[in-house]
Amino acid sequence: MRRLLIVALAVLGLVACGTGSSNRDQVLVSAAASLTDAFAVIETEFELDHLDLDIVINHGGSSALREQILAGAPVDVFASANPVTMTQVLDEGFVVGDLVVFAVNSMAIAVPFGNPAGVIGLDDFADDAFLVGLCAQGVPCGDFARSVLANAGVDPAPDTNEPDVRALLTKIEAGELDTGIVYATDIAARADAVSGIDIAAEFNVRAEYPIAVLAEGENREGAEEFVSFVLSTRGQSILAEFGFAKP
Amino acid sequence: MSSRRARIQARPPVPLIALAVVGVSLFAVPLIGLAMQTPWTDLLTLLNGDIVRDAIWLSLLSATGATAIAFVLGVPLAWVLARVEFPGKSLIRGLVLLPLVLPPVVGGAALLFALGRRGVAGEPIYELTGLVLPFSTWGVVVAATFVAMPFLVITVEGALHNLDGKFEGAAATLGAGKWTVLRRVTLPMIAPSLISGLVLTWARALGEFGATITFAGNLQGRTQTLPLAVFVALETDRDTAVALSLGMVAISLAVLVVLRDRWWRSL
Repeated sequence: MRRLLIVALAVLGLVACGTGSSNRDQVLVSAAASLTDAFAVIETEFELDHLDLDIVINHGGSSALREQILAGAPVDVFASANPVTMTQVLDEGFVVGDLVVFAVNSMAIAVPFGNPAGVIGLDDFADDAFLVGLCAQGVPCGDFARSVLANAGVDPAPDTNEPDVRALLTKIEAGELDTGIVYATDIAARADAVSGIDIAAEFNVRAEYPIAVLAEGENREGAEEFVSFVLSTRGQSILAEFGFAKP
Repeated sequence: MSSRRARIQARPPVPLIALAVVGVSLFAVPLIGLAMQTPWTDLLTLLNGDIVRDAIWLSLLSATGATAIAFVLGVPLAWVLARVEFPGKSLIRGLVLLPLVLPPVVGGAALLFALGRRGVAGEPIYELTGLVLPFSTWGVVVAATFVAMPFLVITVEGALHNLDGKFEGAAATLGAGKWTVLRRVTLPMIAPSLISGLVLTWARALGEFGATITFAGNLQGRTQTLPLAVFVALETDRDTAVALSLGMVAISLAVLVVLRDRWWRSL
């Protein structure tokens, strides 16, 4: 029993050291899964400029992130892939100040590298012969994909509804799915593992990414610095590198 | 000795009690949170929706299937680990227990790369039989078996270790063949452990999430089990998600009731 207690105290001590050694203030950013790569670079660049701040990014489906925020998670900044999820957070009184659209994305068809199954276009999403994946309904990439398909008059027959766009991409990259609808930026980011097929502009959607500082956060000042960095010329040029269009 | 024990029980140290209360509230508070979110008046309507019914049916089916496979493969595995000496045995045991500590999503990714139609084992299977495990109910069963079978193996192996060999020896002396001894003496003697191992396996399979969504995907009626339905419903329909969660709590409590003799009274 005594030995167990000593071990427990030692572990506690280690944990305390682990958190105590960093004297930078944390800024907790909840960002849509499709922002993963771009925000990794933004985080590095921002921290070079702000040595006193430590950006911690929590990635996930925008609606899962919304649930965490509505449940009171101490998030400083929310960057959503969908104005609707952001509006819900705003309506519940969790947003300080204004929503700003900081990036624009569109959708594209993703296939495993080299398109082994020979997918041609949106019509194939109704074909049972293909293994088709979409993001789940309620997740922005899933709702956008369904809007695109509806615009093209296609009634999809998905074999899986993935919880977020990264999970969908993983299965396409592995060649386990023949095709799926993802963000245009995802194809730019994974050009070595997936191939893209453009969606005609008449069917495509314009996906706006809003960002906001949150009331439940613990570092308002750091949060505002981070948001203005994302909106700055440097932030915008990083986003452009990853295939996002300017708002 | 007994008087000392009585004294300890009469005056429990306050800090210990305080920590214990904190510990217990870690388990109790989330349940209270869930209960407070529950739309009690609409509960029956919510539980009668087709998403919920499909998910419950698929979960019961896949958990039972996984338990059956775990029984057929896991009992022999436990027997070999308990009774046969061979080099590298601890390595094999470690391998069998790995899914207990491995994050299920890692297990799911490993299954996808191994048993997917482009995987090392999956590609030959696909070419020979046309069977594609991911995105099929079989994939759900495989994922659930992967994460749940270790529970059966350790429980049964432990029971076999503790078994007094003299009964099996006596049966053999009286002329029973090895197979008969296993069936008529060994298995009945470890029956309580076997049953609790099976219940644990079933419960773990029922709650499986990470490996399932990573390996088998998520489609209503085909691969969307209860935990997946809860996860997806949280995005779109919180009331249904809460109703589903409550159903899972009820099933978990039922499992504990089934196991009460095994765990609670023996303490």
